[in-house]
Amino acid sequence: MNPNNLGLVETQYFTFAEAPNELTLESGVKLGPITLAYETYGTLNKDKSNAIMIFHTLTSDAHAAGFQKDDPNPGWWDGMIGPDKAFDTNKYFVISSNVIGSCKGSTGPASINPKTGKPFGLSFPVVTIADMVLTQKKFLEHLGISKLFCAAGGSMGGLQALKWAVLYPECVGSVISIAANHRHTALQIALHEVGRQAIMSDPDWQNGDYYGKSIPARGLALSRMIGHITYMSDKSMDEKFGRKLIGKERVGFDFSHDFEVENYLKYRSDSFVKRFDANSYLYLTKSLDYFDLAEDSDLTATFKGVKASFLVISFSSDWLYPSYQSKEMIRALKANDLDVSDCEINCSYGHDAFLIEIEGQSRLISHFLNRLSKEKIYGK
Amino acid sequence: MENNQTSLVRFDHQIILDMVGRNSKVLDLGCAKGDLLSLLIRNKAVKGTGIEIDEQAIYKCIEKGLTVSHGDIDSGLMDYSSKRFDYVILNESLQEVLNPEKVILEALRVGKKVIVGIPNFCHINARFQIFFRGQVPVTHELPYQWYNTPNLRFLSLKDFKNFCRLKDITINRTRAISAQKEVKFLPNLFAHIGLFLLHKD
Repeated sequence: MNPNNLGLVETQYFTFAEAPNELTLESGVKLGPITLAYETYGTLNKDKSNAIMIFHTLTSDAHAAGFQKDDPNPGWWDGMIGPDKAFDTNKYFVISSNVIGSCKGSTGPASINPKTGKPFGLSFPVVTIADMVLTQKKFLEHLGISKLFCAAGGSMGGLQALKWAVLYPECVGSVISIAANHRHTALQIALHEVGRQAIMSDPDWQNGDYYGKSIPARGLALSRMIGHITYMSDKSMDEKFGRKLIGKERVGFDFSHDFEVENYLKYRSDSFVKRFDANSYLYLTKSLDYFDLAEDSDLTATFKGVKASFLVISFSSDWLYPSYQSKEMIRALKANDLDVSDCEINCSYGHDAFLIEIEGQSRLISHFLNRLSKEKIYGK
Repeated sequence: MENNQTSLVRFDHQIILDMVGRNSKVLDLGCAKGDLLSLLIRNKAVKGTGIEIDEQAIYKCIEKGLTVSHGDIDSGLMDYSSKRFDYVILNESLQEVLNPEKVILEALRVGKKVIVGIPNFCHINARFQIFFRGQVPVTHELPYQWYNTPNLRFLSLKDFKNFCRLKDITINRTRAISAQKEVKFLPNLFAHIGLFLLHKD
């Protein structure tokens, strides 16, 4: 085994909020019991001060690093988490938590409603980023950890990390926000709405009541195609596919696939349909669209009382969460006299860069965390 | 604890170290790889932040354990409220900014004091090259040709003093240096670098 790998890991589950202690969600609806899927890597130290919580993207899961039994592929951020990696498991106790509303082992619309014995479907309450954070907080309390050394994530994971710092300022020592923003913009909402409409206009969707029957595969595949395009950049797509044709000398003059990029989107969306639930896609995109850290008030005032140190990373080719938007957030953080470092990494991968561009991110993250560990020991 | 490596430290950095008060808050505009900021943190226990445009330099700063922001000086200052810093440093970066007047006045807004370091474009070597060779000067301190220089502004120590007078900026201290020594005699002719400690009421 490569010494830099974590080896075999296993997803675990934490269930709480059982009746009559159901959790009240941001919408006011009560929900319980709630299960969260999670994985941990590394060892929690004696004073429980080395915990880092990692948050995942829209369609990802708790399996962030290492290998699961019978799966040749490692977790989604394996390049970043492990011994001597950016999130060094020799030093830190890394917790990766799945989100409420997901279909990856946590309670979501595909889960069985204990009151009816049937899947929730659309009777599942709409959840928000704040609800994700609230459930993760309960989980952290269960682990007996009162403060995170760091909250870190990319894309939707970045939004969770930011929300953690605002909701629980005493519990977050630092935040690493990658390819994220303080609020969802009209463009992002619009793109999600197209994806949701694709699912909901599939006749198999049946108002979300399709479990045990034919799933809305075409709608979900279409929404994934749209999503996937937004995660790349014009440059990365052109470099990867250009105008290359698939197994033919010239275009077919019909509506079968001609170009490699068409095949790629079909392949990616077909594999997505096998691993993700259409209703979860609806719920989680909604939770993102509702996200506005300032909640229509002043962003600078929102960060008042926040104590964390920040590392904000963006990517030059990310047009879904563009750098200039994170600059807006950085300004509000600085206005609160907070310790903020930021870097716009120049690369062509688009929004997906945070999963692909390991080198630059690793340099920034490992040294940022290093400084904070020293400050913790020796004082600022 | 004074650092025993001071002899290896750049002379202009030593002068700035001398100007900055202990435990103060410092913003270094155009902090490059963070050498000056690290020096100030080590020797004067300052709380320091940098702004730098070059991505590779940002990595170096973070590796040194510094707090640094990726961006240009021209727009980076508006992030800060008035008198947030004890010192704002513009060392060897002013000649590269698009709007130096605005940057200096903004620096004086966010900083109680401002330290400016500029290369002297009217050093005697430069004057000789213009006068006798009829060429725009290329010197050890200003090694660029007209077609590849990052410098947008060409000024002398005298030009800078005139500017301060015009804008009601008080110069608290002036240090003129050349290589490893101070220049007291005709600094506008013999100094390569001028360092000024400024404030504005």
